[in-house]
Amino acid sequence: MLELYGKKFTSRMLLGTAGYASPDILRQAVETSGAEIVTVSLRRESARARTGQGFWELIEKLGRLVLPNTAGCRTAKEAVATAQMARELFGTTWIKLEVIANDDTLQPELFGLVEAATELCADGFQVLPYTTEDLSAAERLVAAGCDVLMPWGSPIGSARGLLNKTALHSMRAYFPETPLIVDAGIGTPSHAAEAMEMGYDGVLLNTAIAKAGDPIKMAEAFAKAIQAGRIAYEAGLIEPRDMATPSTPVAGTPFFKIDHAS
Amino acid sequence: MQILLNGERVTTDASTLDELCARLGFGEAKVATAVNGSFVAAGARERTALSEADEVEIVAPRQGG
Repeated sequence: MLELYGKKFTSRMLLGTAGYASPDILRQAVETSGAEIVTVSLRRESARARTGQGFWELIEKLGRLVLPNTAGCRTAKEAVATAQMARELFGTTWIKLEVIANDDTLQPELFGLVEAATELCADGFQVLPYTTEDLSAAERLVAAGCDVLMPWGSPIGSARGLLNKTALHSMRAYFPETPLIVDAGIGTPSHAAEAMEMGYDGVLLNTAIAKAGDPIKMAEAFAKAIQAGRIAYEAGLIEPRDMATPSTPVAGTPFFKIDHAS
Repeated sequence: MQILLNGERVTTDASTLDELCARLGFGEAKVATAVNGSFVAAGARERTALSEADEVEIVAPRQGG
């Protein structure tokens, strides 16, 4: 079971709610995915359109744990104010903390991230920081009070999968007890399965399902891949090796002659 | 006076944030607010006076990743 900030979850998928063709497709994708945590945002509300009110009703009906983000924030100050607005709006102290460095990579701005995490943790938030695989930044986040780390796989929406596997392996080894969730860049179910096989505790994704030809079917594929990856990790993967090693017993091979074995 | 409401220049004679929200029809709506970059809790809107050139944010739940 996935445990985050003292709450237990059966599903290891965290699913974003953006970019679906319709509210109904979003609802069905969430239901099919089995995700128990869904991410949301807050945006400027127009007095005429009042877009947010209808969306909130939909989210409430889904009955999942709501994880607001601070997407688009460029500074610690913006992220802190956004988190405080989210706490009031969504009635939760959980926050997916994003401080973004630039538009091209949407990579985490680690200095601002640590600053915002420090302030929010001290203020009683349960902070889930969107970070890189950088271990020194990760240590600062943990020291600030983050009990969960969410390193990127690749840039948000890029669908490139896990670009820096060596560093992700190191991060897993370096933080054996801290829940680690790969957040961003997941494009295919095999990317998600790979993260889970590496021992990551969960995967957060959005675009790969929302923009799939059939988001509901893709939600099922991801749910199965994440489950399969987790079971594989628990089962214990074999070590890769450079040379072949026969899986069929060599002893008793018909027509065997000793010179074959040279 | 002129303020910046969600990034747009508007003219208002609302003296408090609470009054501004009510005039915009956000009385009962699910919104959160900030003035000049700092969060203002719903309960504090009434005592938050607005001044010329204040930057007001009024936000609501939206889809997110």
